[in-house]
Amino acid sequence: MHEWALAEAIIDYVSKVLRERNAVKVKRLVLRIGKLQTIDKEILVFALNNLAKEYDISIDEIIMRDEEITLKCRKCLTQWTLSPSQLPEDIREAIHFVPEVVHSFTKCPKCGSRDFDIVSGRGLSIESIEVV
Amino acid sequence: MAKLEDIDPRVLVIKKRLKVVSEIIPVMSSKGGVGKTVIATTIALLLARKGVCVGLLDLDITNPSTHIVLGINPASIVPEEEKGVIPPRVHGIEYMTIAFYSKDNPLPLRGTEVDEAIKEILAITRWGRLDYLIIDTPPGLSDPVLDVLSYMDKISPVIVTTPSPLSLKSVERLLFMLTEAGITPKGLIENIANKPSERIIEITKKYNIQYLGNIPYIENLDIIITDPERLVKSDFAKKVDSIVSKLVEANK
Ligand SMILES: [Zn+2]
Repeated sequence: MHEWALAEAIIDYVSKVLRERNAVKVKRLVLRIGKLQTIDKEILVFALNNLAKEYDISIDEIIMRDEEITLKCRKCLTQWTLSPSQLPEDIREAIHFVPEVVHSFTKCPKCGSRDFDIVSGRGLSIESIEVV
Repeated sequence: MAKLEDIDPRVLVIKKRLKVVSEIIPVMSSKGGVGKTVIATTIALLLARKGVCVGLLDLDITNPSTHIVLGINPASIVPEEEKGVIPPRVHGIEYMTIAFYSKDNPLPLRGTEVDEAIKEILAITRWGRLDYLIIDTPPGLSDPVLDVLSYMDKISPVIVTTPSPLSLKSVERLLFMLTEAGITPKGLIENIANKPSERIIEITKKYNIQYLGNIPYIENLDIIITDPERLVKSDFAKKVDSIVSKLVEANK
């Protein structure tokens, strides 16, 4: 599961922060979840909690904020959004693993260019982490 | 209390994913069309046939083509998921390419996106214990390529060039930039050269790297290039094999 790989990356980072700050636990972990990657939040939280236990880390609260998808054409500057749920499953899966491959499967709705930016909603990042 | 903003958690996990690899060999060239992909793939095929644990990673994100040399259709392969992605085994090689996900469609990406895609692949791929991970890199030394190298320890690039006067200047530039980044190449391969050329040998001496050997022009290479069984038995592979021996020898 990709969620496990991401959770592992997060927990690795969290344990580094705890070490560096000489802190005992995480009070609040805020994650930003770009919708393009269609992350299964249930699995992500499950994986985070499991790995936290394994690493002997305590996390009081995990907050997940969705980030909408905005794509912007570099040719005609049109902005648009995308509903991953409307894509065929195998393509959604491919984008789930490497969001950049969206360029292989989508074009600008106005001019048909594949030269666009993923302005927001790409994938997962840690928005903030509070430790005590 | 610490509050940090907008962290990309992938960078740390990348180092961990690569810990199981003893040595990382990016096959690099300053220009396209010098045979980098065929050489990288042949090195992996030959190592696998010697029973060495070897991986092949195609990081030529906008133009992945190692699967052509391996003779497989990447759209027909879905890598197994197990807390990440397990590279499928192809001809005894642990193999990963973005073509599994782009399904071999055109993938026009800019520099920062190439970097993102590379980071994602490195973060999700769970290699087994490998003696060598061979990487096919994009031609030239762009920022994304330098970034890739910065995520890794234990890297010793192999440079591929041709004896063309057009290549000399750019291969020297590549070596200069690698040296400046604190990276020591393992050696240099001179491709499409019937004999070692003095100018290239001079350059290897100047940068104190090993001249690994020359590979002559091989007439029917394009025909056998997509057939690994024929490829590994070809004169081309014999030449590459003597280079592989030197690569392995250096580690004993
Ligand atoms: Zn447009």
